[in-house]
Amino acid sequence: MVSPAHLLSPLDRKLLRDLWRIKGQAAAIATVIGLGVLMLVMMTGLVNTLDETRAAYYDRYRLADVFAPVERASDRMLERLAEIPGVRAVEGRVTGQALIDVEGEIIPVRARAVSLPASGAARLNDIFLAAGRMPGPGRDEEVLLLKGFADARGLRPGDRLSATMNGARHSFRVTGLAQSPEFLYTTAPGEIVPDDARFAVIWMNREGLGAAYDLEGAFNEALIALETGANEAAVIDAVDRILKPRGGLGAFGLVDLPSNFFISEEIRGGRKNAVFVPPIFLGVSAFLLYIVVNRIVQAEREEIGLLKAFGYSDTEVSVHYLKLMLTIALVGAAAGALGGIAAGRAMAGLYQEYYKFPFLVFELDPKSFVTGFATSVIAACAGGFGVLRGVFRLAPAEAMRPPAPADFSGTGRMGALARRLLDQPGRMVLRRLERQPGRMFGAAIGIAAGMALSVGMIGVQAGFARAIELSFTVLDRSDAQVTFTHAMSDKVIYELGRVPGILEVEPIRVAPVVFRHDFHEHRGAINGQSAEARLARAMDSEQRPLSLPEEGMVLSSTLAGILDAAPGDRITAEIREGRRPVLEIPVVAVADALMGSPAYMDIDALDRALKEPGRVSGAYLRIDSDQAGNIFRAVRDMPGVAGIALKADMRESIQTMMDSGMGAMRFIMLGIAGIVTFGIVYNAARIAYAERARDLASLRVIGFSRAEAAFVLLGELGLIALIALPLGAAGGFGMAALISAAFSTEVYSIPLMFDAQSVATAAVAVLVAAAVSGWLVKRDLDRIELVSALKTRE
Amino acid sequence: MPQHADRTALPAFRTEGLTKTYGTGAAAVHALRGVDLDLPAGELVVLLGPSGSGKSTLLNILGGLDRASSGVAHFRDLELTAMSDRALTRYRRAHIGFVFQFYNLMPSLTAEENVELVTEISETPMDPAHALDLVGLGSRRHHFPAQLSGGEQQRVAIARAIAKQPDVLFCDEPTGALDSATGRAVLSVLRDVNDRLGTTILMVTHAAATAAMAHRVIHFADGAIRDTELNASRLSPEEIEW
Ligand SMILES: Nc1ncnc2c1ncn2[C@@H]1O[C@H](COP(=O)(O)OP(=O)(O)OP(=O)(O)O)[C@@H](O)[C@H]1O
Ligand SMILES: [Mg+2]
Repeated sequence: MVSPAHLLSPLDRKLLRDLWRIKGQAAAIATVIGLGVLMLVMMTGLVNTLDETRAAYYDRYRLADVFAPVERASDRMLERLAEIPGVRAVEGRVTGQALIDVEGEIIPVRARAVSLPASGAARLNDIFLAAGRMPGPGRDEEVLLLKGFADARGLRPGDRLSATMNGARHSFRVTGLAQSPEFLYTTAPGEIVPDDARFAVIWMNREGLGAAYDLEGAFNEALIALETGANEAAVIDAVDRILKPRGGLGAFGLVDLPSNFFISEEIRGGRKNAVFVPPIFLGVSAFLLYIVVNRIVQAEREEIGLLKAFGYSDTEVSVHYLKLMLTIALVGAAAGALGGIAAGRAMAGLYQEYYKFPFLVFELDPKSFVTGFATSVIAACAGGFGVLRGVFRLAPAEAMRPPAPADFSGTGRMGALARRLLDQPGRMVLRRLERQPGRMFGAAIGIAAGMALSVGMIGVQAGFARAIELSFTVLDRSDAQVTFTHAMSDKVIYELGRVPGILEVEPIRVAPVVFRHDFHEHRGAINGQSAEARLARAMDSEQRPLSLPEEGMVLSSTLAGILDAAPGDRITAEIREGRRPVLEIPVVAVADALMGSPAYMDIDALDRALKEPGRVSGAYLRIDSDQAGNIFRAVRDMPGVAGIALKADMRESIQTMMDSGMGAMRFIMLGIAGIVTFGIVYNAARIAYAERARDLASLRVIGFSRAEAAFVLLGELGLIALIALPLGAAGGFGMAALISAAFSTEVYSIPLMFDAQSVATAAVAVLVAAAVSGWLVKRDLDRIELVSALKTRE
Repeated sequence: MPQHADRTALPAFRTEGLTKTYGTGAAAVHALRGVDLDLPAGELVVLLGPSGSGKSTLLNILGGLDRASSGVAHFRDLELTAMSDRALTRYRRAHIGFVFQFYNLMPSLTAEENVELVTEISETPMDPAHALDLVGLGSRRHHFPAQLSGGEQQRVAIARAIAKQPDVLFCDEPTGALDSATGRAVLSVLRDVNDRLGTTILMVTHAAATAAMAHRVIHFADGAIRDTELNASRLSPEEIEW
């Protein structure tokens, strides 16, 4: 005997040995509870980290609070802007649209050119130089290129770049690659999906860029930083008033910066996810912990009675079992917390790469630790003390006796039937179900909870696939989308229709708009489409096409949710281009759109409302893919075409976003759900084994074969698993609904997928887990030493 | 220390009309049907009776492990039948040692640790190793119950019961599983404890011959005392015919 053992009281030694005896099970349940805690710590830590990192990035690189595009304003106007109350800093810059020729692309890639201040670092919207060097002073042919685009296109410092700006071709040399909080995500105008490869940002010296856009001594975008506590809306109003005579295009806040919108939606989605999903996992884990601790303590009933007989007080006995329960719960929670920190850190590192943060501010959520530990401890204590209280109520003499043989009087008929139909082992399985329905049901509920988790997570995977599938094959049946530089006469539609290889053309008019309803406000766009669209369609939740009426607007369900609007409500729509009319439009229907949060109107009705009849801003195309090259060349040479995007590319981009952004969490969650489910099933098997070992040994002694004895055990496990299946399927429906809602953002929504396949997959997983667990305990059963098993409980 | 005084003067247990009924209605089992008992302290008492006659039940109630259905039981001036669970726990801890019919050892503790479990909370503990020596198991201290024979487990249970040097020792068939030689050895340990420490011992046995070493023999039948006899002269355990 090692000496440290002697320092422990006999009860503590009993504790250690008991833990060792149930180590497999203790490890399984510590793992399950640990994974619950891990999820919580990881998700909250990750979201906090992304949020803090974004904030720090914005702060360190002085991202503006308000952006004020204008046609042309002299630098003197900046002083007037600076005088607006609440404005802390102002900077003017030149920015413009450009087209970059990219090898292998028929149509040049759209780009945004942004000026660098003449001297020193920018006061606002600074950039992070990731590679290379800044353009030299006065070197107008030198540019910085957005790193995301450069990486996507394989460009490096030193490469040459040819671009069209303001109609003139320029040749540039890339001196460095830059990152900017302003361009975490880049989306080509008119497209809804960010794509690194299809939109570029170049930075160059102010004089050079000013010359290219005829803006010497002037700016066409003012960047404004606000003082803390300043009223942004008031500042925006004042800016608009000042810039209006100079062709102000409408100042907007950071929330409307496309990049910020996407990253915000990602983080918001992540936060929603972190609020809803980890607690589900933790809840399931805690439930399992509760059940298992309950059963472990129940199995100790005789020991508890004995300790009481010796004169150990209730408190002393409770403390002993408290140590057992807490050891399992706390080891699990601590491992989970450490794992959560590590996983959060690792995930944050991956996300840092994906979101292109130059640095990371790792920030855990202390609340998650408190919640995780408290939940574990409470579940373990509830499970343990529930039993202890029951045992303490018994006289020690009674507790020390094995529980009295069950009363069979109530099960006579069923018993008689079973007796005729079943052999002895089969009857033992059923009898146990009759005798201890509470325990069997508890075990079944535990497995059902684990299965529900898997059903939910599998359903969410299917939901993601369904979102893409529906969006790109059912709702939108086009192959490509053309965007014009500005609203054009609808004659262009006929011209497109004449291009060989273009099979079908459908016009679209996109009008940027601020929607208001009650206190709700949302900045988005109205899509004017053909009333009976054939390519890009608005559809109801049953995928029936909705025809767009002459009057009124169809809202996507996401937008209806944001605005809290329903058919019959009137929405205020402030159009943010052209004459900027303010419209009152009734909602006539709600459509199920899965990408973005669009609003649909009949294109003619929209044009009428805008007082710009016969205008289109883009077109959906169905094309003969064999002639894609020719089509692209023809479209490129048409005036007013800003770009053309292939649906396949957009589909890939959104897939990338779903698989690399917050949506990627679903894979990790699925993995964890799988482990948790297995852990729960394995625990059920271990408990059944622990409680049955002596009976099974007796069976073997009186002449039953190994297989027959195993049947009693595995039959029980199989029966529990079967009972769990329908419960798990039902619970899975709720989980799938919750989890898919938690994964939905304004960028994409995940439809609830509760299909036979998800349920069947999870059911098979549960049965496989039961089979594997059964096999694991059967190995123990086969190795059981009959004599010692009969002598002692184990 | 329990005092070794004039044993007739100090009653250890006194009961009046003690009954115990398990279950209700048609299924009710009347384990005790009115037990009136007066046991002086310091005696070695043997309880004889057929299986199912209620011997264990009586021991459990007197030992504070179970509650009577009706009647009164006193230990010294404590009214057991009126005590709270907490008070009963204190009573067991301070005064009582048990040797159970089914040994009831902790499977996850060694022989010595099973003894320590009791000495740990006792105010007058014996050295656990010594207690095991007394029952002849000094060399098996570090064995777990599963590694011991039934009789050896029984002896560990006895060592555990005497190690706290209780005022009263309840032994439910302590020699049931033992051969005559070990049985005698165990009995002489009990006798020794009774002689030297004045421990009151209440022992249930099926071996009628054991009665010869007792001060008092109680015949139990059908949940009640049928008759009590006092031994004028006692045999030593070695002399008992097994
Ligand atoms: N928990 C219980 N529930 C119902 N009946 C019980 C219970 N415990 C004991 N009995 C019954 O009470 C009666 C007395 O039991 P007890 O254990 O006291 O007998 P005993 O004299 O010790 O018998 P043995 O010599 O066989 O140990 C028996 O008929 C027994 O079946
Ligand atoms: Mg008995």
